[in-house]
Amino acid sequence: MTDVLQLFVAGVSIGAIYAMAAIGFVLLWQTSNTINFAQGEFVVLPAFLMVLFWTVFRLPFAAALLATLVVSTLLLGLLVKAVLVERLLKMGVLPLVIATIGLSMLIRYSLQQFWTPLALPFPALFSRAPIRVGEVIFTREELMNVLFAALVIGALQLAIRRTKLGWAMQAVAQNRNLAAVLGINVSRLVGLTFMLNAALTAVAAILVAPVYLVKYDIGIGIGLKAFYAAIIGGFNQIRGALLGGLLVGLVETYSAAYISNQFRDAFALIMLIGVLLLKPEGLWGIKEEWM
Amino acid sequence: MRGWRALGLLGGGAILLLFPLFLEQYKLYLASLTLVYLILAIGLNLTLGYAGQISLAHAGFMSFGSYAVAILGPLGVPFEGGIIVGTAIAFLWGLVLGFPALKVKHHYLAMVTLGFNIIVFLVLRNWESLTGGSFGISGIGRPHWGPLRFLSDRAYYYYILGWATLVVASAYWILHSRWGRAFRAIRENEMRAEVVGVSLRNYKLMAFAIGSAYAGIGGALFAPLLTYIDPGAFTLDRSIQFLMMVVMGGLGRFEGPFIGAVVVTLLPELLRASEGFYLIIFSLAVILMMLFMPKGLVAAWDWMVCRLTRRTVSPAHPPPPPEPAAVLEPE
Amino acid sequence: MPLLEIRQLSKHFFHLSALSHVSLSVEPGELLGLIGPNGSGKTTLFNCVTGVLRPSRGHVFYQGEDITKLTADAVYHRGISRTFQLIQLFPEMTVLENLLMAAQERTGTLFTRLLRRDETEETDRALKLVEYLGLSGVKDNLAANLSYGQQKLLDFGMALMPDPQVILLDEPMAGVNPTMIKALVTHIQDLNARGYTFVVIEHNMEVVMSLCRRIVVLSQGEKIAEGTPAEIHDNADVMDAYFGS
Ligand SMILES: Nc1ncnc2c1ncn2[C@@H]1O[C@H](COP(=O)(O)OP(=O)(O)O)[C@@H](O)[C@H]1O
Ligand SMILES: [Mg+2]
Repeated sequence: MTDVLQLFVAGVSIGAIYAMAAIGFVLLWQTSNTINFAQGEFVVLPAFLMVLFWTVFRLPFAAALLATLVVSTLLLGLLVKAVLVERLLKMGVLPLVIATIGLSMLIRYSLQQFWTPLALPFPALFSRAPIRVGEVIFTREELMNVLFAALVIGALQLAIRRTKLGWAMQAVAQNRNLAAVLGINVSRLVGLTFMLNAALTAVAAILVAPVYLVKYDIGIGIGLKAFYAAIIGGFNQIRGALLGGLLVGLVETYSAAYISNQFRDAFALIMLIGVLLLKPEGLWGIKEEWM
Repeated sequence: MRGWRALGLLGGGAILLLFPLFLEQYKLYLASLTLVYLILAIGLNLTLGYAGQISLAHAGFMSFGSYAVAILGPLGVPFEGGIIVGTAIAFLWGLVLGFPALKVKHHYLAMVTLGFNIIVFLVLRNWESLTGGSFGISGIGRPHWGPLRFLSDRAYYYYILGWATLVVASAYWILHSRWGRAFRAIRENEMRAEVVGVSLRNYKLMAFAIGSAYAGIGGALFAPLLTYIDPGAFTLDRSIQFLMMVVMGGLGRFEGPFIGAVVVTLLPELLRASEGFYLIIFSLAVILMMLFMPKGLVAAWDWMVCRLTRRTVSPAHPPPPPEPAAVLEPE
Repeated sequence: MPLLEIRQLSKHFFHLSALSHVSLSVEPGELLGLIGPNGSGKTTLFNCVTGVLRPSRGHVFYQGEDITKLTADAVYHRGISRTFQLIQLFPEMTVLENLLMAAQERTGTLFTRLLRRDETEETDRALKLVEYLGLSGVKDNLAANLSYGQQKLLDFGMALMPDPQVILLDEPMAGVNPTMIKALVTHIQDLNARGYTFVVIEHNMEVVMSLCRRIVVLSQGEKIAEGTPAEIHDNADVMDAYFGS
């Protein structure tokens, strides 16, 4: 029983990070129909930036964090939107899919070639000393991951519910043309969503880096989990991505512990395929109608 | 136009038959590999280009062919038997995977197929008694018909060429039937296609399964080319490579896979000097191509053909002819 | 027995009720008009009948068979075809190919469609239609390159191509010039005289009143009136629905 609880904390802790990447992913889909196949690399690049600013340039932690956030929102937010999305948006889903696949390869192999093919260590942000609550043992790191993710996601939800920007986002998500008629600057909103996504993935990067180490190819795994999370939870709802992220984290943790570590990736997938077959709109999504 | 086409076919055929006589081993290997990739790209072009269904599991389907010949060969099954088994397995799994494809829109389909490829990879790596696990299977034999053996690289090239011809011809035949038209209809306007009676289920399943079956054939021919396979040859990366191949060539165009297969096989050779930068250059090329030539290299090809046959390039959208209002009196 | 019978049909989009408890029937050989202000649910009704949308509640019967849950292709195979308010064509196919596409699924099985190459019969029919509709001059043009009016006609031709029993026309005259409207009206009457059953959504009152012997009026998803053109013309509710009280 204590095992189960301990693993629960661990699963939620990693799931919360997946959820952040998944939420950004869903936001991009909603406002610009971008399926970002580079979402994993959108997590990896900020992790590398953080290493650069913090351990190479030796900036103080807060300054390094700020620099990472700023540079990634500019690069992965503004630049990507201006160069790729702006032009491809009108052409349907597939060209953007291909372009983001290209972008993911570009980021991945550039990091490998120009920086290092090896894993970089990343200092732990929080202590890994065990904390005991009754029989259950977990770490401060796990706790803080959950806390941070909850804070960020909570703030985001609040912003989307309460601000004009959030309202505009919802309007665009529901009907892009109508939103344009209502006087919403869709292009600018898409840009803002890309920046928001980049900020989200940057935070996810900083939380995940101490767990996974920083390596050019860890994005593949993280990107996949974000996808799974978004689809399992529901592609058209932030709450869906949140639920999906937590579920993926939990399934992964439990199946690795109790069933087989070799197939740990397979169980999230099986859940994914099950959801697609039985409830394609996702566990907590809304059915979409066409025409 | 017909004359040109016949001439092109004859010329192309002659080149494919004769030039291997002058190639050394490595170049011969590249030529064979290009043909194998051509078969795979034709399959994916059918699924994605014509029927509009994205598949990121092509390498997975390919592995069925490769492992079928690798496993059955030592058991005494003739090579063609292995091809048939591998192709059938790929076809059947294509049908199975095609089912969720019916329910979901294409961003989901990308995910389902991607997941399938990962599962296949995991199974290949972990089912050691059958697949040899991560060590793979080596010493894969090449086909022979009685005394006629395709053992040398050159002979095997001709064997692959035979299959490639068969695949090209059959794809041409399918795409110029009512099926081909239905595939295009689905891609151009799925809802309208359904309203004119197109069973999305049947056609999508078929497009998916046939595309996968071609992958099975390609995979079966691939294994003896290297004489060695392991799960690493069938990763998601390779599926993405096939995707790039058909996109770079030109989706939904018959010439597309030819161009794509040649470019994707030969580009790394041309960029060999750049070593590890190849992948960076390649990914940049993909992005630039999406931005500036989204219809694929076939657009450049069209332009060239027009120049060669001295026809003027017709504009993409000629001005609409005048309204035939006066003509429209009742009969 | 009515050819097409709609019983208590409702369709909700989230909280919006686009159709509520609509019932109507279409007799064989009839030319029924369907009118109502914008957004009253006419197109939605067509979509529910043809299997493009799944109704939330209620039933559609065709020749006594419940076709409510059928997919669009199955409905087509029963002999119902339609046009679209927002024209739906295969833009990268020629006019002739669009027409052939509209008929190819009507006969044979999946596999004969792969194996049987001969298409002379269908091509003949398509050529006749092309001539009938005055599209001969553009029969080899891509659908995307046609003018709006020509596209509208092609959409109409595609509905006729499979030789259906019932044809649902969704605003066939909208945005079409007066000469062509006259021609279309004549076509519809002519075809109706040959036994085709029509349901026509149309905003042009003059056209509807002269074309149809019976008219059904929808307003905000509900059927508010049904009767001869004269009855509809004098119906106070209908005037209300159109012009407000
Ligand atoms: N796919 C859809 N999703 C949401 N609302 C829809 C959809 N299709 C139609 N509606 C709504 O249903 C109502 C009826 O629309 P429609 O049937 O197109 O009306 P009409 O054809 O009579 O003008 C309108 O309010 C329209 O906005
Ligand atoms: Mg309408």
